[in-house]
Amino acid sequence: MDKATIKSIAQFLNSAELEKREVVKITKEHTDLDVETAYEVQEQLVLMKLEAGNEIIGPKMGLTSQAKMKQMGVEEPIYGYVFDYMVVNGDQLSMSELIHPKVEAEVAFIMGRDVQGPNITAEDILAATEYIIPALEIIDSRYENFNFTLPDVIADNASSSRVFLGTTLRRPQELELDLLGVTLSINGEIRELGAGAAILGHPANAIAMLANMLARKGLKIKAGQTILAGAITGAVMLQAGDTVSAKFDGLGTIDFKVKE
Amino acid sequence: MTDKAAQFAEHLEKAVVSGKGVEPLTALDPELTIQDAYQVQLHTIDKKVQAGSKIVGKKIGLTSLAMQKLLGVDQPDYGHLLDDMVVHNGGEVPFHRVLQPKVEAEIAFVLKKDLIGPRVSALDVLLATDYVVAALEIVDSRVADWKIKLQDTVADNASSGLYVLGDKRVKPDAVDLSMVGSVLYKNGEMMNTGVGAAALGHPATCVAWLANKLFEFGITLKAGEVILSGALSAAVNAEPGDRFSARLAHLGEVSVSFK
Repeated sequence: MDKATIKSIAQFLNSAELEKREVVKITKEHTDLDVETAYEVQEQLVLMKLEAGNEIIGPKMGLTSQAKMKQMGVEEPIYGYVFDYMVVNGDQLSMSELIHPKVEAEVAFIMGRDVQGPNITAEDILAATEYIIPALEIIDSRYENFNFTLPDVIADNASSSRVFLGTTLRRPQELELDLLGVTLSINGEIRELGAGAAILGHPANAIAMLANMLARKGLKIKAGQTILAGAITGAVMLQAGDTVSAKFDGLGTIDFKVKE
Repeated sequence: MTDKAAQFAEHLEKAVVSGKGVEPLTALDPELTIQDAYQVQLHTIDKKVQAGSKIVGKKIGLTSLAMQKLLGVDQPDYGHLLDDMVVHNGGEVPFHRVLQPKVEAEIAFVLKKDLIGPRVSALDVLLATDYVVAALEIVDSRVADWKIKLQDTVADNASSGLYVLGDKRVKPDAVDLSMVGSVLYKNGEMMNTGVGAAALGHPATCVAWLANKLFEFGITLKAGEVILSGALSAAVNAEPGDRFSARLAHLGEVSVSFK
């Protein structure tokens, strides 16, 4: 696939996000879009967002659960980038800014030091982490009915859309992250639940894998970045009027309302 | 029903004797009610007690929304735990002791006070609890291929098999049981994760339900009894040679193997 095509796909997906418009998956027309090329599309998309004045708060991991990896037929998770404009300040999510959002409960790592792969382990990550915080990620694939293949979702910045970051900060040594219990309730009813191990056996495994994946591109995890490790719970579709409440064992709660 | 209860209890017992699952009772009698099914269960337990077994506690089943949906019910069920169902932590289960076992991670309550329905609350349960421990329940069905309806599992002692308790005893005020995370492993590989709230929102709510349900039968939960409060995640099939372990936040680890 030539550079111009890659750039035009990135442009297409970026405007789909900005215009809140769902689109047909890229691989329908571009059957030659493979994983490697898809990351090149993502790089172009990230560049466009940076050029528009947005800043990266950190990379994020996606497809980190056995269920999702099986569903997509992959052995390795994927990554994307979370930008400053995606972080919701306050406790309201506006449906009018989004296409068909879903929410999932996660934890985020706030890095104290740079981490340069390859051969990074979960222990390396925990040692380099300043804080763990709870997070709710809003994923909003730009594709119709969340219908996509692996290269599609990579090109679409791993469906990144919005994020609520919790305000309970804990040192990683204070927590048993793989046993961290989480419940996700919508309108007072528990809809999804799980423990931290749902993320590749331990959330730090996901961040270590991220460092090693970034290393292949000559990139690294940077001090100060806030990195979403992946979903502990399944994703739940949101509707205007919903009240969302997530509880994290020892890490407090995150609540928000969904507005029109 | 007494004659029929005895006859149905015998039907289920055939599975234990032959080592092969039997036809569900609801196939023999489509009219079988839940009340009838509990009579079958109580008949079986009475016979075992007469033969020398001791009741050491109860188990609550169908506590997750997923399981309730699967069986089309809106409440849990319960069964009896007998002294010969206990396997020590890390112990081995010879496969002839089971038929078609599945393993689930749970939180077990050990009571220090009696709990008498019909108005027991989750708070009453916590106040009456001596300690909680991590547990593995080995559920099993005397019904071939687990083809059960609610009445079938109720009659079959709520599909009880064996159970294993962890060694770490934790006071109920030391932990928020609804938020206890759990991970279930089979042969070292993670099978699933869960959290206390998977059991009706809070494990103590399940025990309160049990105390109130038992009131209907004139039964009291007694100090010293062990209560398995319900699965925190889905049950996983066990085969000979498998080793299962569960790790629960704050409550430690519990394991069992099948020979």
